[in-house]
Order: sequence, then C-alpha cells, then structure tokens
Amino acid sequence: MSAAPHEHRLAVGIDLGTTNSLVATVRSGMATVLPDELGRPLLPSIVRYHPDGRVEVGYAAQARQASDPKNTVVSVKRFMGRGLRDVAHVENAPYDFIDAPGMVQIRTAAGVKSPVEISSEILKVLKSRAELSLGGELSGVVITVPAYFDDAQRQATKDAGRLAGLNVLRLLNEPTAAAIAYGLDNAAEGIYAVYDLGGGTFDLSILKLSRGVFEVVATSGDSMLGGDDFDQRVFCWAVEQAKLPPVGPRDMRQLLMKAREAKEYLTYHGEAPFTARLSSGDLVDLSLDTETFSAITQTLVRKTLGPVRKALRDAGLTVGEIKGVVMVGGATRMPQIQHAVAEFFQRDPLNNLDPDKVVALGAAMQANVLAGNKPQGEDWLLLDVIPLSLGVETMGGLAEKIIPRNTTIPAAKAQEFTTYKDGQTAMSFHVVQGERELVADCRSLARFDLKGIPPMAAGAARVRVTFQVDADGLLSVTAREASTGAEASITVKPSYGLSDAEIERMLRESFEHAKEDVQARALAEYRVDGQRLLDATRSALAADGALLEPHEVEAIEKALRALEQALPGSDARAIKQATEALNRATDEFAGRRMDEGIKRALAGKKIGSL
Amino acid sequence: MHNHFELFGLAPDFALDPEALERSYREIQSRVHPDRFAHAGDAERRASLQWTTRVNEAYRTLTDPVQRAKHILELHGVDVAFETNTRMPPDFLVQQLELREELEGAVSGKDAAALERLRADLVGNRQALIRQIGEAIDSRKDYACAAGLVRKLMFLDKLDEEIEAAYEHVE
Repeated sequence: MSAAPHEHRLAVGIDLGTTNSLVATVRSGMATVLPDELGRPLLPSIVRYHPDGRVEVGYAAQARQASDPKNTVVSVKRFMGRGLRDVAHVENAPYDFIDAPGMVQIRTAAGVKSPVEISSEILKVLKSRAELSLGGELSGVVITVPAYFDDAQRQATKDAGRLAGLNVLRLLNEPTAAAIAYGLDNAAEGIYAVYDLGGGTFDLSILKLSRGVFEVVATSGDSMLGGDDFDQRVFCWAVEQAKLPPVGPRDMRQLLMKAREAKEYLTYHGEAPFTARLSSGDLVDLSLDTETFSAITQTLVRKTLGPVRKALRDAGLTVGEIKGVVMVGGATRMPQIQHAVAEFFQRDPLNNLDPDKVVALGAAMQANVLAGNKPQGEDWLLLDVIPLSLGVETMGGLAEKIIPRNTTIPAAKAQEFTTYKDGQTAMSFHVVQGERELVADCRSLARFDLKGIPPMAAGAARVRVTFQVDADGLLSVTAREASTGAEASITVKPSYGLSDAEIERMLRESFEHAKEDVQARALAEYRVDGQRLLDATRSALAADGALLEPHEVEAIEKALRALEQALPGSDARAIKQATEALNRATDEFAGRRMDEGIKRALAGKKIGSL
Repeated sequence: MHNHFELFGLAPDFALDPEALERSYREIQSRVHPDRFAHAGDAERRASLQWTTRVNEAYRTLTDPVQRAKHILELHGVDVAFETNTRMPPDFLVQQLELREELEGAVSGKDAAALERLRADLVGNRQALIRQIGEAIDSRKDYACAAGLVRKLMFLDKLDEEIEAAYEHVE
C-alpha cells in the first residue's frame, strides 16, 4: 500500500521537556537538531508573560525568572493534566495557582493561563524556528511525552500542539524515541532498557529491538520524579544550613537556580560553591560537597530503582537478559545515577548519544516515517504499550481494570454492565487510570452518564462499554445499551481535555496579540487537510483502484472533483464539507485496502517461508 | 477471516509455533498499523485503527495459554463458563490454599527469597499444566478435560498476579 511518489514533506520531532525543549528533523537522511539563530540547540522551557500580553520564551524568560518569578513559568510540564493536589512541591513554586477543575491554572500579569496554553507558547517558538530553518510550512510533527504520562497528561500535550497550530502526527513516548535513535545508529539487536531521567519525569522502558521492529515489552516510571527534585533537595539543604526564614518567590527562584547550578557543577567537581544575595541583602555563602549531595539525594536515586524492578518483572526478564541500558535525560549525567544504574544492571550504561538530544532525534526519525518520506522497506514498525491500567469504578469505590498496563496499543476492550434497580433509565460511569484497587488512589479520567435506557427489571439491561486506546495512547469510551435493540451511544472525551470551543477561545485570545485572523487560519487548516486527503486518495486509487467496481470508482472521483473545486475557494465550510464527503466516500475503500493488505501480508509470508 | 488463527494464517492448534505467530503478526502490523496511515484520510485512519486493534487483540489471545485454550474450546462449541463454574478437585484446592499461606508468610516476613522460590515453583507447575492442555486439545481432542485443566491454569495465573503484587509490599 505504498503511496505514490511525492515531494518531501516537512516533518519534525519535538522534545517538549520539563527543563529544555528541542526540535529536530531529518535532512539528507540524517537526524539533526535545529538550533536557534544564535546556534543554540536547546530552548529553555520557560515562558514569561508581560502585562501587555507579550510572551517571552526561552533564554530571555530564563534571564528574568528570579526578578519576575510570578509571571515566569518554569517546568510547566509538571502541571500538564494535573490538579493542584497532584502537583509536588506546590509550596515551593512561586506561582498564583488557581485550582481549576481537572487542571491547575496560573494567574499571570497577562491573565489566567492553563498549562496547555503555556506549553503551546514553547511549541510555537519551536514551530517558527523549524519553519524558518526548513523554509516552508510544517506538514506534521511528532511530540514526545514521558512513557509514564497518563491519559490526562497526554491529552493536554496534544491539545497544546493543536493550540500551537501544529498537525500532531503522533505522541511518541520519550524512551521509545531514544531507542529509535540509539537502535538505528548502532544497528542494535536484542533486549534493551532505556533509563530516562528528565527534569521532572522518570521513565523506564524495556524494548525488544530486532530488524525493523521496535517493540516495547514493558514500561514503568514515576511522572513526578526528575532532576528538579534533586534541585529541591539542595534548596532545602541550603535553607536549613543558612537557617533562613521562609523565603519569598524571588529568593526561592534564585535559590532553586543556585541549587541547580551546584548540582550540575558537582557532576565534574568534588565540591560546589553555593552563594546567593537575598533580597533582604543577606548573603548565603555555602559549599556543597559530593558526599553531602549523595547523602541528601540517595533516596531519590533509590526511588528510580523500584520502577526498574517492576518493569523487569512485568516483562518476565532478569537483569542478565538485558543487553544494554541506554541513558537518556540530562539528569543521568549525575555520577550518582550512573553508579546506581551500573550497579543494578551489572554493566556500564550506554552514554554514546547526547542525553539531551537523543529523544528529539528519535522523534525526528519517527516524524519522517509518519510523513511518508521513507520508502516502504526502509522504514520500521513501532509497537508501544499503555503505561497504566484503565478501568471503571464499581460498587464500593473499587476500580475494575478493563485494559491492563503494558497492553500493546492500539487496543480496545468491551465490558458489559447492567442496571441494579427496576425501571432504571440512566447509568453513571467513572473512568479511572492506575494500578491501585481503590478508585480514590487512581487518577479520575472522566465521569459520564448514559441516559435513555428503556425501563426494565433490574439486571435486564445490557450496557456495553467500550474502551478504545489509539496509537497516541489516548482513550475514548463508548457506552451502548443494546438489549432491546434501542441503542443509546455516547462518546466521551475525558473531562480535562479541551473542547473544540475552548481551543477556539484560546486561539482567539492569542490572535488578539498575534494580529492573525482566526478565520484565515481555519481556512488554511481546512485547505491543508483537504489537500492531504486529495493526495492520499489519489495515490490509494492509483495503487489499489482494482479493488473497486467501476461505479464505486466513479463515486469516489465525483467526491474528489468536488473537493478539488472547493479547495481554491475561500469558503472554509464548503471545504470542510467536501473533505468530509470524500472521507465518507472512501470509507468502504479504506476497509477493503486494509483486508487486501492483510491478504498480501499472509501471501508474502508463505512465499517467504517456503 | 473468522477466528484468530485464520487471521494469522495458522492451524488452530494449542501447540502453536510462537515464531510463526510473531512473524505473521509483524507482517500484518507492518501493513495495517496507524503509523502507515498517519498522513492518510480519516476513513483510512479509522480502518487502520480498527484493524490494528483487532490484530493486537488476536495476538494477545494467542500468546496467552489460557486465552488461547479458551478460544480453541469456543471454536469447538465447548461452553467454558469459567466465571460460573468454580468447582475444582479438593486436593487441588487444598494445594492452592497452602500456596497462598506460603505467600502470606513471605509477605509478612518481607522475605523476597521466599517469593522467588514460590515463583520458580509456579513456573514449573505452569509449564507442566500447559503441556497437559496441549495433549488434551491437540492429541486426544478431549475438550472437557482440557476445560478443567484450563481452570487450574487460571488459578495459577491468579497466584502469579498475587505474587507480583506481593513484591510491592516486600520491597
């Protein structure tokens, strides 16, 4: 089912990190990170809001984080898809938090901002960096997320991409991206572990690498553990040593920066100076040696080994069966981490790719494949898993697992439920994610009611609830009552996800400053979508037109011509409708092509095995 | 393409060749996986999602001995009724109770070595049981007997899960 030859599509991979973000692409077959105009590859994930609505991102914002801490948001990734009570060290973050339902928000000089909006500012900068560098509009992007991100965090990331005007081809797990970059560079075969300690998240994935296939066997981690926590420990140590009273936001931000510097300095030195002039005029003048640093952070280091053991057990593997451990994330530079990993796996970890860049490089390689820039045969297959079990609340506040963790995605599972009262016409569902038995200990993803169940005796109604997890690891839930033939169906978008209306409102707000027109942008987006579908349909007809009867070809071509005519016009709705019509017209064709693909796969295998 | 075996072009035997299954699975995935259709239209992406989901489900069923056996028994019209039929031979139940007592002992004593021993025994018992199921289904075609053995295997899998959960308490 290869596509007809086409021009090279501009596709990039984005590592949206807690501390730093990067954008990379594949040029002349090589994955490279795209630097800014000053040649700097990293973009600090820091966003500063001005009272007039202007936004600064990156180094400029970083330079002002201590002087304007309330309006300068660092490590926003920690807040993605999180309520206030889920955020660690909330007392040590210098922001005006607002506990909005589902996801926390931050009050800035430019108004209340959600983590999705703040993240989209980072993505916008990377988008324009890439478009400037590549000389054209991006066709699609891959954004990486920690493998251990739950559905809420993934949905928030995808929403941020949409808000930044990106066509998100896929959310890719960070350790998987690293494995792609590492595996392709080293022609690696066998079972590998990826130990990914970023600024705010920890992932451990175990992958089976074989020619052309990257298969995640198990994944584990802690989405609230990262390099930031080591800074926090140093910060607390400094406050204690210097006997400081509770500090204000400015001092806090400054001391946290100094803590980070000291931590990084200790990677290459035995002792680090820690000096800071507080706003009171007092001087903090301390010295942190390696032994003290190791002592105050050893519980954090040990905390990473729990998920490592869990992933090995889930995979049914022993340490001896792991061929190599790939180190990812700036925090793995700490000698304490290197030693702990070497000791656990009884082998030296692999550090031959830059731990800051490897995720972005792998994402770029995957984006290149998803954009269809690689001919079939030279590309690869990626089989990833869901990191946390999905379930529903049952009687007594217990969570019943429907899709267990480490299930290969896409995956779906249906479960039947029934009414417990006579004449009951509605049922409530509560969708949760996590491994614990009690619903209260799991993450609440969505609540919804299925109404319109015909009144029956208790236990007579049959409500079928279907969980579908797509290739991004995102969940949708459908409930249907089918016992009487009268069906009621509902598709749930998890409650923290942004509705289209919210996205539009946010876009409108951001355009007030960007002087761009929402409608112009919608038109441009519909045109891109329409053109993409035109191209895809034409190459599908060229490759597999023989699967259709002449009248079916005619129907598709009619819809194709209608879209072709609508595209150059300025009626966004007409383009959208023509696109949808062509989508409908190709429904049956798509199914038949898929059947044909499977037939060919089996035929090919039989020839191969003879 | 009615059943999971046909989907992968395999004979419906309990003792299947895992490598042939994996080869077939990957060959099909490389053609239907959503990564192949990231740039396609909605209809193709939807079809790809449905097919990949189905292929993953079939693969998961066939790689798990309990699920594979259930699938075969269902294909032969044997009503497995595992959820309602919990009657087991008394000596088997006694043995299961003893194993669970051992597990509780290991947990309360925070004895990781005891957990490892329990798990090693379990691996051996599972393999023996899987062999017997293979004989019952493939050679003797004694599906009623196979159903009883599968129920035993489910008990062992449940114990395996409990041992897994116990690690969290011991560590």
